[in-house]
Amino acid sequence: MINLQAIKAIYVFEMTRTFRTLLQSLVSPVISTSLYFIVFGTAIGSRMQDISDVPYGAFIVPGLIMLTVLTQSISNASFGIYFPKFMGTINEILSAPLSAFEIVLGYVGAAATKSLMIGIIIFITAHFFVEINVLHPIWMITFLVLTCVTFSLFGFIIGIWAKNFEQLNLVPLLIVTPLVFLGGSFYSISMLPDFWQKVSFFNPVVYLISGFRWSFYGSSDVGIEISLIAIVIFASLCMFVIYRIFKTGYRIKQ
Amino acid sequence: MSTIIEIDEVNKVFATGEHAVKDLSLNIKEGEIIALLGPNGAGKTTLISMICGIVSPSSGKIKVKGLDVIDDYRKTRSMIGLVPQELTLESFETVSNSIKFSRGLFGKKSNKILIENLIKQLSLWEKRNTKIMELSGGMKRRVLIAKALSHEPQILFLDEPSAGVDVELRKEMWEIIKNLKKDGATIILTTHYIEEAEAIADRVGIINNGELLLVEEKKELLSKMGSKTLTIELASKIKSIPKSLSSYHLQLLNNGEKLAFNYKSNDESTGITSLLMDIKKAGIKLADLSTSQTSLEEIFVDMVNK
Repeated sequence: MINLQAIKAIYVFEMTRTFRTLLQSLVSPVISTSLYFIVFGTAIGSRMQDISDVPYGAFIVPGLIMLTVLTQSISNASFGIYFPKFMGTINEILSAPLSAFEIVLGYVGAAATKSLMIGIIIFITAHFFVEINVLHPIWMITFLVLTCVTFSLFGFIIGIWAKNFEQLNLVPLLIVTPLVFLGGSFYSISMLPDFWQKVSFFNPVVYLISGFRWSFYGSSDVGIEISLIAIVIFASLCMFVIYRIFKTGYRIKQ
Repeated sequence: MSTIIEIDEVNKVFATGEHAVKDLSLNIKEGEIIALLGPNGAGKTTLISMICGIVSPSSGKIKVKGLDVIDDYRKTRSMIGLVPQELTLESFETVSNSIKFSRGLFGKKSNKILIENLIKQLSLWEKRNTKIMELSGGMKRRVLIAKALSHEPQILFLDEPSAGVDVELRKEMWEIIKNLKKDGATIILTTHYIEEAEAIADRVGIINNGELLLVEEKKELLSKMGSKTLTIELASKIKSIPKSLSSYHLQLLNNGEKLAFNYKSNDESTGITSLLMDIKKAGIKLADLSTSQTSLEEIFVDMVNK
C-alpha cells in the first residue's frame, strides 16, 4: 500500500521551506518577469509589429511564463533533492519505508506545485502590463501542469547527478537557459531563416512554448498534437532515468 | 529471548573494491542491548546501514522478525529507528517540526501528545521551537534520538551515540537507552567507547576489517577472557625475586615494593594459595593484597591486534 503519510510529510516539508523563503521563492521571479514585460513588452514591444495578429507584448506572455516555469521547476526539484544529499539527511529518507515512486512524488510534487504557483502569479502579473485572452484555458492549464511536472522530474535527475553546487547550476545555465531563449520565447520560429527553423525543431522547448502559446492565441509554430507528444516523450524519458537511478542506487545508495 | 535480527553471511564490496563487510553472520535477540565495538573503518556503520536500507548488501541475507530487509522493506524499516553518527539535520527547521517530519516519513499519523512526551523525555521542551542550527552538538544528538524514536520503533540503532558528547550527557543518554530497553526495545549500538559497552550492553561484538571476531555475553566475556592480577604489597623492599618463586612468573614493581601475579579467575586452581605459602617460606612479609581485572578495553585491543 502506498505510504501517503510519507509523501505528505516530504511535500509539506518542502513547501514549508518555500514559504520560509517566500521572498526568494516567489517574489524574485515575479520581479524579474515584470522587468521583461517592461523592457520587451512595453518599451520595445510598442515599436514591434503584431505577430500572427497578436500584439508583441501579449505574444511574449506564454514564452515568459514558460521561461520562468521551466527554470524554476528545474532549480526547485534539483535543489530539493540535492540539499538532503549535501546535508546527509537523505539517509533518513532511504531508511524510511518508502518506495522510489513515493520519494519522487513528494519531492517532484512540491517542486512542481511551487513552479505552478509562480506560473500563475506571472500570468496574473502580465495582466497589469498587457491585455491577454486565453482561447483554450483547459489546454493552457494542461500544458502548464505537464511542463511543471516534466521539468521538475528533469531537475530531480540533475539534483541526484550533481556532486557539488557548481554541477547543480551547470545544466540549467549552459543547456536549459539557451534552449529556452532559442525556443521561441520572444519570437515565432517562422520569423527565422529556413535553416535555423529546421535547427530549432531539434530544440524540445520549441514544442512546449508553441503548444502553450496555441492555448492562448490559437496559433502555433507546430501542431498541438506534436507539442503534446514531445512533452509526453520527455516526461517518459525522465521517469525512465529516475527509475534506473533508484534501481541501481546511482549516486544515492551504495 | 527470541531472535529479532538474523544476519546470514553478509558481504559488502563497494564500487571502489573495498570489502567492508566479510561473510558476517550474527543473531540479535529481542530486547537486548548489543554493542558492536571496532576501530574506525571496521565495517560497523556499513553493517547497520545494510540492515536499515541505506546500503545494499553485495550478498547474504538480513532478516528482521523473519522478514527480508529487501523484499519486505516496508515492514522491516517500520520496525527500525536509526540514530546516525553524523549530526545530519535540516538546519533551518525547528526541533518539533523535524521530529514530526520523521514520524510522517515512517507512515505514522501526527500524534501531538506522543511527540510532546518524546520532546520532554529528551529534555528538549525548552528548545522545541528553536531552529536546529541554533542548538549545541549535544542537543542535536538528542533531536536525532527523538527523530529515530518518533515512529515508535521496536529496534533502535545508535551509531556512535557518544561521539562528540560530554561526559554528563553521555551518562544521561545511557539512562535513556536503559529506559528504552525496559520498555522492550532492542538496541544495537556501535561505539568506540569501551566504557559505554561495559556500562550498558548485555552482549558485545567485536568487529575488525569487516569481520565479526567474536560476540559474547559481556559478563561471560569478561570472566572468560579477562585475566586477573594479584598485587602483593611487601612490608619491606626486596632486590630480586627469590628463585623458589620463579615458577609463578612474578613481576617486581615499584623498585621492589610490590609483586604482581597474573592468574585466570575461572581456572580450577589459581595458584594463589601456593604462591602465598611459598612467599611465606621465602621469608617475605606482606603488607597488603589487592586484585584487579582486565578491562573490556584490554580485551578489545588484544583481539584487534591479533
